[in-house]
Amino acid sequence: MAQNANGKNKVLMKGNEALAESAIRAGCRFFFGYPITPQTELAAYMAKMMPKVGGTYLQAESEVAAINMVYGASAAGARVMTSSSSPGISLKGEGISYMAGADLPGVIINVQRGGPGLGGIQPSQSDYWQATRAAGHGDFQMIVYAPSTVQEMCDVVTDAFDAADKYRTPVMILADGMLGQMMEPVVLPEPHDPSTLPEKPWATTGHRGQRAHNVVNSLYLTADELEELNVQRYERYAVIQRDEQRAETYLTEDADIVVVAFGASARIARSAVNAAREAGIKAGLVRPITLWPFPDDVLEATTSTAKAYLVVEMNMGQMVDDVKLVVSGRAPVEFYGRAGGVIPTPAEVLERICALNAEAGE
Amino acid sequence: MSSVTEKETNVVFERPHALLPVVTNYCPGCAHGIVHRLVAETLDELDIEGRTVGVAPVGCSVMAYDFFGCDMIEAAHGRAPAVATAVKRVHPDNVVFAYQGDGDLASIGMAETVHAATRGENITIIFINNAIYGMTGGQMAPTSLPNQVTQTSPYGRDVSSAGHPVRVSELLATLDGPAYIERVTVDSPKNVRKAKKAIKRAFQNQVDGVGYSFVEVVSTCPTNWGMTPQDSFEWMRENMLPYYPLGVYKDVVADGFANAAEAASARNAACPIAHPETQGEEAR
Amino acid sequence: MSATMREMRLVLAGFGGQGVLFAGKVIASCALLEDREVSWLPSYGPEMRGGTANCSVTLSDEAIGSPLVTAPDALVAMNQPSFDKFIEEMEAGGVCVVDTTLVVDTAAAERRDVRLCAIPAATMAEEAGLKGLGNIVLVGKLWAETRFCERDTLDAAIEHCVPARKAAMVEKNKQALTLGIEG
Repeated sequence: MAQNANGKNKVLMKGNEALAESAIRAGCRFFFGYPITPQTELAAYMAKMMPKVGGTYLQAESEVAAINMVYGASAAGARVMTSSSSPGISLKGEGISYMAGADLPGVIINVQRGGPGLGGIQPSQSDYWQATRAAGHGDFQMIVYAPSTVQEMCDVVTDAFDAADKYRTPVMILADGMLGQMMEPVVLPEPHDPSTLPEKPWATTGHRGQRAHNVVNSLYLTADELEELNVQRYERYAVIQRDEQRAETYLTEDADIVVVAFGASARIARSAVNAAREAGIKAGLVRPITLWPFPDDVLEATTSTAKAYLVVEMNMGQMVDDVKLVVSGRAPVEFYGRAGGVIPTPAEVLERICALNAEAGE
Repeated sequence: MSSVTEKETNVVFERPHALLPVVTNYCPGCAHGIVHRLVAETLDELDIEGRTVGVAPVGCSVMAYDFFGCDMIEAAHGRAPAVATAVKRVHPDNVVFAYQGDGDLASIGMAETVHAATRGENITIIFINNAIYGMTGGQMAPTSLPNQVTQTSPYGRDVSSAGHPVRVSELLATLDGPAYIERVTVDSPKNVRKAKKAIKRAFQNQVDGVGYSFVEVVSTCPTNWGMTPQDSFEWMRENMLPYYPLGVYKDVVADGFANAAEAASARNAACPIAHPETQGEEAR
Repeated sequence: MSATMREMRLVLAGFGGQGVLFAGKVIASCALLEDREVSWLPSYGPEMRGGTANCSVTLSDEAIGSPLVTAPDALVAMNQPSFDKFIEEMEAGGVCVVDTTLVVDTAAAERRDVRLCAIPAATMAEEAGLKGLGNIVLVGKLWAETRFCERDTLDAAIEHCVPARKAAMVEKNKQALTLGIEG
C-alpha cells in the first residue's frame, strides 16, 4: 500500500480482484460463480474473502445454476453478484431474462474473451450486442457499465449495485480479459455496512404472519397484464435513459475527428488521439461509460464540430451501430476493429484518424 | 347463526391456512391437489408458514405460487434447486422447499437436482413423478416407462433409442449429501397418510438441521394418459410401482446418525484427507 | 522521482517459474510507491502451464493507454525463445537485459540500435547463495541501466511485494538487487 498525494491509500491490484474487493465493500455478501478464463481470479478472490466477512461464496455446478442462485438470493433480498466470461454469459442469459422479468436486482460481470463459440481467451469486446441488445429473450434492457481502468472498475461496482436496487433491474459490468488481468494502482471505495442497504419490502423473506405473501415471478398468462407490465418497465427504462447516461469526453470541444471507443479500446484510442493532436489533427475521444443507456446526449453534442467519426472496438463492429443512430447521417461514421482477441495498437488507430482527416479536408 | 349452533358445530375438515382460498388450475382427478394439501397441512402443523419460502417449477404446478400462503418464488424450468439453495443460504433460519415435476426435476434440471443434493443443502424437495409432461400436453418424460405411449413417443417409448427411465430416488440415494429420501404415492387413504408422514418428516428434518430431504410422489395424469382418475391409479399401481418401488431409500437418522454430514463422514472414514483428525493421531 | 525516463515500456519474458511476473510486479510497485502511473499486464491462459510467461509493464507520468507493450524500450529476457521473439519488437535506443544462463546466443539478433546488457543472472544468484533470484538480479541490472526509480524505492518495492509469510526472503531479494546493480 502506498499513500498518494491526497493521502489516500493506493494499492496495485488486478482488475478481477479489484472488482471482487469493491463488490464486498459495496455490501455484497453473496457470490455464485463458475470457473472460466479470464475472470477466474475474481471467483478465487471471493472464495478467499467471503468467509472472512461473513459472506457466502458458492461454486455452482454451472453458469446456469450460478445465475439462478443469483435470482434466488436476490429474491430473498440479498445484494448479490456473479461473474463469468463470454461463453458463460451466454449460459446466464436465461437467468438474466428471468431477473428482468421478475424485477430483481443483481450484478453480473462479464470479463469478455474472443468468440463466437469457445472462441479464445484473449481480450475482446464482442459481447456488446449481447449486453446491450439481447442478453436473453424478451423485451428488456439492463444497465451496462464499461469501465476502462482498474480504478474505474472499482468505482462502477458500487454504482452498479445501487442502480440495480434503485431500478430493480439486473446490471452488467462489461470488462474484458485485458482489464481483468492487468494491474493498476487503485484507491478502493469506502466499505458500506451491509445492514445500511435499502429495504426490500417485496423480497421473499417469510411473511411472519405480518403481511400477505410475497411472490417473485415472471409468469403472466394474460396478455394484457403482461403488456402492461412491459409498458411499466419501459417507463422505468425511460427514466434510466434520462438519468443514467454516462460518458467521458477528451479533447472534443473543437474536434474534427471524433473517435468513439469504450473499455480497453478507449485506452488505445486515447493514445492515438494524443498522437493525432501532436501531428496537428483536431482529434477527440468520446468514451461511453454506460453502454446502455447509450450516452446519446454527449455524442450529440459533438456533431456540431465533427467532420467524421471513427469507432474503435475489439470486435467486428457492434457499437458502431449506436453511433450511427445518433449521428444519423450528418457525418461519415467509419469503423476500425480487431477481433478474436487481437488488441489494436495506437499506431493502427492513428493511421485511420489521419486517413479520415485527409478525406474530411478534401 | 346463534351461539348455541356455533357451539354445536364440530369442525371435521377445513382448508389448511397455508393453502390459499383460490381455485387451482389442476385437472379433475389430478393428484397435485392432494400433495399441495399435504404440504400446506405440514406448514400449519409445524407452524412454519410465516418463515417458509416455496419455489415453484415450470410444469403443471407452475402457478403453485398462487396457491400456497407462504412467500413464493417462481423459478426458471429446472432451476428450482439452485434458487432454493440461494434462498436458504441468505436466510438459513427460513424453511425452503421446492416443488417440482419429473420433466423439471429429472430432465432439464437434473444438474441442479444432483448438485443441490450432493451439497447437502438443508432444503426440502417435493418431487411429483407422473411419467409425463403434463402442462405442454403429454410428451415423453425422463420417467416415462418403456413402451409408454406419449405425444413424442407415439409408438411407445423405445428404450433402444430414447433410453431408459430415471429412478431419481435411487440415484440420489447414492450421494452423501441427502439425509432422507422416500418414495410414496397418494392412491388410497392409507397411502395418503403415509405420504403425509413422509412430507412432514422432510420438513421436520430441515427445521431440525438434519439435512436435504426428498420425497418422490408417484402420481398420475388422467388427462394426458387418457384415463379416468380411477383407471389412472390402477395403471400406476400396475406399471409404475414395479418400476418405481415405494419405500425409504435413505434415512440417516434411522441409520443412527444425527444428520447427513455425520453419515457422510462415516461413509468416507477410510479417506485420509476427508479426516484430518485421524491423520493428526497417526502423526502423533 | 528520478529524472531519467518519462515513460518506460517494458517486457519481461522467460519460462514459467523463473519469476518474470514477480519481477514485473516489483518494477510496477516502484512506480506505485512513487505515485506514478503504472500498468502491469501478464500473458495468461494455457501458456502459463510450463510454457513461456511474459508481462508488459508501463511506468509513466501520464495516463497509460494500452497496457500491452508491443514496441518495448526495455526488455528483460530470461530464455532464448523470449529473447529471440521480443528483441525484434524493440524500439531503437532501447535497453535489453538478458540472463546468459539460458540465453546462450545473443549474436543472431542484429539489433545494433539496442543496448545489450548480458549477465549470467541465475548463475550469479546461485553462486551468491540466492538460488532462484536471477529475476531480481536482472531487475537490479535494469535499474542500473535505466534508473527507472529512486534507489531506495527498489528496496521498498521488495518489502511491498514479498508476502508476509516469506518475510525471510526480503533480505535475500535486496541482496539480489545489489548483485545486479553492481554486476
